[in-house]
Amino acid sequence: MALARLSVQSKARRGEAVPVRLVIQHPMETGFQMDTQGRPVAKNLIRFVVCRYAGREVWRAELGSGIAANPYVEFSLRADMTGDIEMNWEDDLGEKGSVRARLDVA
Amino acid sequence: MWRAGLLLWLVAGASVANSQIPTPLKSGSDFQPADMRKLQADDFANPAMLWVSQGEQLWRTPRGDSRKSCADCHREPVQAMKGVATRYPRFQSVAGRVLNLEGQINYCTTERQKSPALAYESDELLALTTYVARQSHGMPMSVNLDDAARPVYEQGQRLYRQRRGQLNLACTHCHQANWGRQLLTDTISQGHGTGYPAYRFEWQKIGSLQRRLRACYFGLRAEMPAYGSADLLALELYLGVRAAGLAVEAPGVRK
Repeated sequence: MALARLSVQSKARRGEAVPVRLVIQHPMETGFQMDTQGRPVAKNLIRFVVCRYAGREVWRAELGSGIAANPYVEFSLRADMTGDIEMNWEDDLGEKGSVRARLDVA
Repeated sequence: MWRAGLLLWLVAGASVANSQIPTPLKSGSDFQPADMRKLQADDFANPAMLWVSQGEQLWRTPRGDSRKSCADCHREPVQAMKGVATRYPRFQSVAGRVLNLEGQINYCTTERQKSPALAYESDELLALTTYVARQSHGMPMSVNLDDAARPVYEQGQRLYRQRRGQLNLACTHCHQANWGRQLLTDTISQGHGTGYPAYRFEWQKIGSLQRRLRACYFGLRAEMPAYGSADLLALELYLGVRAAGLAVEAPGVRK
């Protein structure tokens, strides 16, 4: 189960900078670890996180092995139209995750 | 003059009576670096809140042969679970033994929901425990030590003072006699469990108080008791009583 928490305010004025915060529950396995039986744990990292705002891609991040487990990302975007802010990501095992929040722009 | 003398006698008497409890009581986060305290206080960025969210979902998910969810019995979890974590571990008369929060959740899982017990340190059990503990955030610990729980408490107290492992140290040597002093990059805490389940960066995930206690055994190069064992439960009860009055700060964030 891909679990994530997204924090975006629900209302904004046109032109306002809106902070977007996201935490994803993910082990971010580097591939260098061993389990308790001494077997290597397969690499499994979130490869990218994409933010789409009202259907347009407005932000993208590539995560690597230097990012700790349960990654936290934060950025701001400029509110220009009412629409969904949708965060999507995918890891090395092909598991996809998605969360969205509505932003009303007045 | 006699008043000052009486006060001195009272203070001296009190310190003798409570020589097993550090004064003043300081929570685990007081010994953490500022960035850890800041992360713990941030209800969104605190990574342990992921498990609180997961616990909130699991609370409403039916489980086992009964097809009942936690919410079917405890309708308003925020109200029903308020202050519960301050009273655990406790003697649960229906079960006939002392249960910690994990034990109580698993008691409900097996007896009420008719489902197999959740494994210790599984995400599910951690999530439910953290979710319940979170409802007591900021409330003072008040474990009630009744006659039925006393033998377990005394066992915990004995274990707390007993030397163990190749390093041949007891809990008291760090957390009673030397709290506040440096041990390499760490400041030794008073050893309270009020922040648990806590997110530990060393673990890269959330873990139970028993996992933390096992880590202390490991550090002393002692044999680690199994999860859910009588020894760890007794220590948990002793710690709960020892932390009386200290605010629950679960889910904590630790190095």
